Amino acid sequence: MNRRNFLRSSGFVAAGSLFVPAFMKPLEAMALDELSLYKNLVVVQLSGGNDGLNTVVPFGNDIYYQKRKSIAIKPQDVIKLNDMQGLNPNMAALQEIHDQGWMTIINDVGYPNPDRSHFRSMDIWQTGSDSNQFLSTGWIGRYLDSNCQTCKFPYTAIEVDDSLSLALKGETKKGIALKDPAALFRNTNNPFFKNIINGDKEHLDEDNLGYLYKTMIETSSSASYIQNTSKVYQSKATYPQSGFANQLKTVSKFISSGLKTRVYYVSLSGFDTHVNQINQQGNLLKQYSEGMAAFLKDLKSNNKLEDTLVVTFSEFGRRVEQNASNGTDHGTANNMFIFGGRLKKQGIFNSPPNLSDLDTGDLKYQLDFRQVYGTILDKWLDVNNGDILNKKFNTLDFI
Amino acid sequence: MSPKDNFYRVKHLYSRAGFGISYNDLQKLSKKNYEKVVNNLIKPPKAQDNILLIDSALSKQQMLMQAGLYSKKDLTDEEKKQRQEIVKMQNERSRDLNIAWVEKMINTATPLREKMTLFWHGHFACRSNNPMFAQQLNNIQRENGLGSFKTLLVEVSKSPAMLQYLNNQQNRKGKPNENFARELMELFTLGRGNYTEQDIKESARSFTGWMYDKDGSFVFRPNLHDEQPKTFFGKTGNFDGENIIDIILEKPQTAQFIAQKIYKFFVNDTPNEAHVKDLADTFFKSGYDISAMMKKMFMADWFYSPENVGTKIKSPAEFLVGLSREFYVTYNKPQVLIQLQSSLGQYLFNPPNVAGWPGGQSWIDSSSLMLRMRIPSLVLNDGEIDFSGKADPEDEAIIAQSKAATAAVNANVKPKSYVDSKADWPKFLDTLPKGITPIELAEFLLQPKLNNKITTMISDNKGLRSTSVELTSMPEYQLC
Repeated sequence: MNRRNFLRSSGFVAAGSLFVPAFMKPLEAMALDELSLYKNLVVVQLSGGNDGLNTVVPFGNDIYYQKRKSIAIKPQDVIKLNDMQGLNPNMAALQEIHDQGWMTIINDVGYPNPDRSHFRSMDIWQTGSDSNQFLSTGWIGRYLDSNCQTCKFPYTAIEVDDSLSLALKGETKKGIALKDPAALFRNTNNPFFKNIINGDKEHLDEDNLGYLYKTMIETSSSASYIQNTSKVYQSKATYPQSGFANQLKTVSKFISSGLKTRVYYVSLSGFDTHVNQINQQGNLLKQYSEGMAAFLKDLKSNNKLEDTLVVTFSEFGRRVEQNASNGTDHGTANNMFIFGGRLKKQGIFNSPPNLSDLDTGDLKYQLDFRQVYGTILDKWLDVNNGDILNKKFNTLDFI
Repeated sequence: MSPKDNFYRVKHLYSRAGFGISYNDLQKLSKKNYEKVVNNLIKPPKAQDNILLIDSALSKQQMLMQAGLYSKKDLTDEEKKQRQEIVKMQNERSRDLNIAWVEKMINTATPLREKMTLFWHGHFACRSNNPMFAQQLNNIQRENGLGSFKTLLVEVSKSPAMLQYLNNQQNRKGKPNENFARELMELFTLGRGNYTEQDIKESARSFTGWMYDKDGSFVFRPNLHDEQPKTFFGKTGNFDGENIIDIILEKPQTAQFIAQKIYKFFVNDTPNEAHVKDLADTFFKSGYDISAMMKKMFMADWFYSPENVGTKIKSPAEFLVGLSREFYVTYNKPQVLIQLQSSLGQYLFNPPNVAGWPGGQSWIDSSSLMLRMRIPSLVLNDGEIDFSGKADPEDEAIIAQSKAATAAVNANVKPKSYVDSKADWPKFLDTLPKGITPIELAEFLLQPKLNNKITTMISDNKGLRSTSVELTSMPEYQLC
């Protein structure tokens, strides 16, 4: 048993540093140092409900071809990963990533009593709630709230976007949304803003006004820290021209310049392919794969791939049978992509979807998405997943 | 009470019960008997004031057509196009409805009525892609928002929007769907912990057969209703939905639950138990008369105590409506109101889930606060936004289908948009007394007590117009 496991199993890390006896403190500090504060998680959200079956194609299963007469990907076009499943041909850029052992695909991830509304299901994935439970905080937000050793900075979680997703909102702490560090830095440095936050600290009470001032001050200091840390870094890598790739490029810049941020959040939207799916989804999968491949290779060349874990999800998969408009309608369980330089199990993680055992036309889930979150929280972010997810989830062996 | 005290009382009252007040109205009302001021706010309007934007005859016709198209197995290209057209039109009309309500709030002569509608809009949170359903539910919440809670609850429960959203349309004898029955008790009336799973099951059976028909009218279908006896909170009978609602209202916990929510919306994020009990008792004893509870609250001294004044974070709707109302803003491209709502985290008619918007500090994060502080200069000085925000998940299908939107998604930057709004400065300045000082203006525009920093920042007196923009850009302006 190494020190880290000992600390966790003895409950000290889980209970938070408050309960760590004084003589244990140096050990804890060492353990964390060993783990490196700079392990990064990148969450990629595919909005709209990506069709998992045309992403990771079960070309070895006849039922797939029976149910998808006009939109199935032909076996000869599939980029085969084993004798059952392979990638959509638009994802060729990920072949190399797979061959390097930097990719794991988890099949059939979902939750009990699935909801087919985009909004509600996205809510469930972002908050980590049960399907009949309403939480007003996100799972990453609650990780920030836990005030652990690894999540104490206001810039611990960054979303590369204009506005902040629920996933990154905690009760007392929230992530920071920014698309362009320079623009945020300019805005927080305009004289009016500076004037307001400078000087007396009389507003810093626990009340709502204090909360507003605290948010402004933290935004300002985070903006300075992020800008000053990352501005010197010049990426040598070339990225494809797409909004998604730009977001990843920004994340890479932050990671490579050594920002002490733990969680990054990016998204790509447009996956609600009810009509003429082939081109639309193909186009998006191409953007996704090419952006991701460039990102991972960039991290590798900066020696950051070992310290980075990327996880991709969508709010639901789509029905097994196609519809009459050459598209697919809202479904349930879906696959998740995991990338990184330290994966325990590479390639395809679990058995492919069982297309002959459906729940009224939909895939049954094999794994709860909170087991994936739980694994990441326990094994990558070093917190006890039960504290964040409100109940303990069994972890998986992909990291 | 001194006129100055009354001035601050009325200002606070209108900031919470409405969306602010103009300086000259404030002066006028400060001289009146206080109870009359409160009564006047609660009084219903003389004429009906529903939103009648969506033409129901046209909507019904579209719905019938849509139902026909959906029941067909193989559609011709022409029919597919027709179906898409209807969806597109409905989305456009839904946005128009959103704007119509925001503009109604900005211009209303009965601000408490709209504020109550906003409260019930969050309480009975619902999404419908059918603009007629959404308009109908909004009107139910307006008409009954200050009336009988029972009538409101029954009307909401019978509205197609809610029947659809919480799947009562699928709730049938032998195949109950418990979604509505659960939320009725958990979120609309009793609150968690005041009922059992068995109560939910029995309630769901009682609501079987509550549906809407093809053209969107409520209909009770006896052949789908479970006629067997049900046992609900210890009572047994062949209950229907209204019986269930009656039994729920017999429980004082319902009055307590609503009173607490009202308190958190109108008074303070942190409930004061004694004050909530005051309200709940009044509410219960009055037979769930919402006006009685509201009057009790607005007449209570605690409503005006310092911990409740200038201490609540405005919701995005309160912020946008209040700013636009104060400065008589007209929006030449009102779609920007939707962009702003969504960027600030409260896209009306699109609550995050049936629990509504969590409110309070959850409105504020670094990006939403930075945007709030920039909006006054954008709206009042006609600036430019470089803020594209996120796509609404319900719009994903449109994004997926539209080539133009694909290009925008690819570039991930929408073109810069101009707010293109106009504040009526002469009209605003006209409401102010002659010779008003910047400090007096600040005391009027901001709800929290002034501090040294604010007085120093505005002491250089750049003129009332610049000072107004400056004051409304301050963090203090986020509070009401």
